[in-house]
Amino acid sequence: MSLDPLVITIIEALVKSIVVIVGLLTAFAYLTLVERYVVAKIQSRIGPNRVGAIGPIAVLQPIADALKMIFKEDIWPAQADQVAYTIAPGIAVGTALVAWAVIPLNPSLTIAGYKIDFYIADVNVALLYLLAIGSLGVYGIVLGGWSSNNKYSLLGALRSTAQMVSYEISLGLGLVGVLMISGSLSLVDIVQKQATVWNVVWQPLGLIVYFIAATAEINRLPFDLPEAETELVAGFATEYSSLKWALFYMAEYINMITISVIASTLFLGGYQGPFGILPGFHWLFLKIAFFIFVLMWIRYTFPRFRYDQLMRFGWKVLLPLALANIFVTAIVMVVLGR
Amino acid sequence: MIPLNFYLILAAALFCIGLFGALARRNAIGILIGIELMLNAVNINLVAFWRYIKPAGATMDLAGQIFALFVITLAAAEAAIGLALVIAIYRSRDTVNVEDVNLMKW
Amino acid sequence: MDLIVFYLFATLAVIAALGVVALRNPVHAALCLAVVFISLAALYVLLSAPFVAAAQVMIYAGAILILFVFVIMLLSPGVDQGAGALKWQRPLAAVFGLALAVELILVLASAVLPAARGQYTPERLAQIGDVQAIGALLFTDFLLPFEITSLLLLVAMVGVIVLAKKRVRS
Repeated sequence: MSLDPLVITIIEALVKSIVVIVGLLTAFAYLTLVERYVVAKIQSRIGPNRVGAIGPIAVLQPIADALKMIFKEDIWPAQADQVAYTIAPGIAVGTALVAWAVIPLNPSLTIAGYKIDFYIADVNVALLYLLAIGSLGVYGIVLGGWSSNNKYSLLGALRSTAQMVSYEISLGLGLVGVLMISGSLSLVDIVQKQATVWNVVWQPLGLIVYFIAATAEINRLPFDLPEAETELVAGFATEYSSLKWALFYMAEYINMITISVIASTLFLGGYQGPFGILPGFHWLFLKIAFFIFVLMWIRYTFPRFRYDQLMRFGWKVLLPLALANIFVTAIVMVVLGR
Repeated sequence: MIPLNFYLILAAALFCIGLFGALARRNAIGILIGIELMLNAVNINLVAFWRYIKPAGATMDLAGQIFALFVITLAAAEAAIGLALVIAIYRSRDTVNVEDVNLMKW
Repeated sequence: MDLIVFYLFATLAVIAALGVVALRNPVHAALCLAVVFISLAALYVLLSAPFVAAAQVMIYAGAILILFVFVIMLLSPGVDQGAGALKWQRPLAAVFGLALAVELILVLASAVLPAARGQYTPERLAQIGDVQAIGALLFTDFLLPFEITSLLLLVAMVGVIVLAKKRVRS
């Protein structure tokens, strides 16, 4: 049997995409449960322990949440912009998902003479692709906030545009150090070059700048001004209900996983183990879990920024730090003659 | 391979649509959007010409792509300045319609 | 295969561009513009210029258009109502647009374009890397334009801050 290589490529990409998407949706469902346990621990509570509990853990809680969400009434605000109101949650989830196309999850394997790569595409501008996709993520929030025809939502949308455009610069510049060290934009190359020494050894500041800016990009506390419950009800999501709201919620959690996997891939060596021990997906999983835990820890320990503090921090602290990091990296590289 | 003319015709179409938009809109933001469309049409031409035709001089080979990048940069500067002007006009005259901004008309 | 992709994104771009000029609601027009930008980025990938494609999405769709949407939401200029004081504006604009279109199509239909290849063929670029080649050229042959662009951006930035700042009355 001989198939057209193009057909094989397309089928392979489709299968991989479906696996990644299903994996992410499952991860999202259980991440909500994990978050509830983490916050319960931080706030000295017990957390969910009723729905389908095995011991102290409510295993079926995400399924119950999903069912509840599906059967809620889907409310349309009066004079909402129908088209934008409908597609906004889709854009939010879509941009969160497509970033995974270029991320290598595991070293390539050869099974029965057929080489399997654990990434969907090895693009030679993968890093730029990630930044480009990330810069589109703001559309979901902006459109959702604008189309709801609600003052609070509009304020949330305005805040998120200013915030995301400001922090995107630091986010991009924070990654430039990695780019300079590895001399490649392909994530597959970048991971392979970290087989012995992870980039974080040379780029600790880069990791910190990236992680803070990324936290702001996905609107997690202490940067959640676009949805600030205590000021704007729920900001851009005020009018959303039922499945559309669930999609925004899903986008937030998948974005958490996405920025964690980017940080792990670029700074902590992706699937590489420490000192080259047993590379594989398990290491990547542990690194993602670490970053997600840090995100949750920050969320329940820090208060929210005030708006002027947010802007001052972004432009006067984070951006100069990112630039200084690039400058020092360049000098060190020239001195070491690399 | 796709003929070069296809790209040029697409660019021409986008440029003309952009021109129409820039001329027909009364809203200053709409005019700026039309101009962005025209700049994009130019960019397609630049990249398509790089891909299909050798320009003069050996080092100018990649000029098409590099010019496209310069155009994108200029578009960013142009949009920022244009929108700042729109905001300044809105502050003083409470409108973004260009035909209401006729203070300097004889 | 290439041709299908080209037709798909070219049609999408033209339809969305028509939407940009035809839709009355400025936010809808801006959304259509985003579709134009992204389909053009896809065409750049087809032209084997992935760096320009990434820059297109990042800068045009991710920054410039967000700025437009921000200003539209801030000022909420409302829906563009039909003809204003200048009754002949739209028809005349259509005449100019169509005249240019006819002219360009006549030129393109008659022109025979040569197809010699330069040093940086797509195959060679894939080998040495698109971004590397562009970066090297930007810092050697195109250094002066590059530096002038940075100066221009600085001037634009200062200008924008001066223009958009609220004047404090003394």
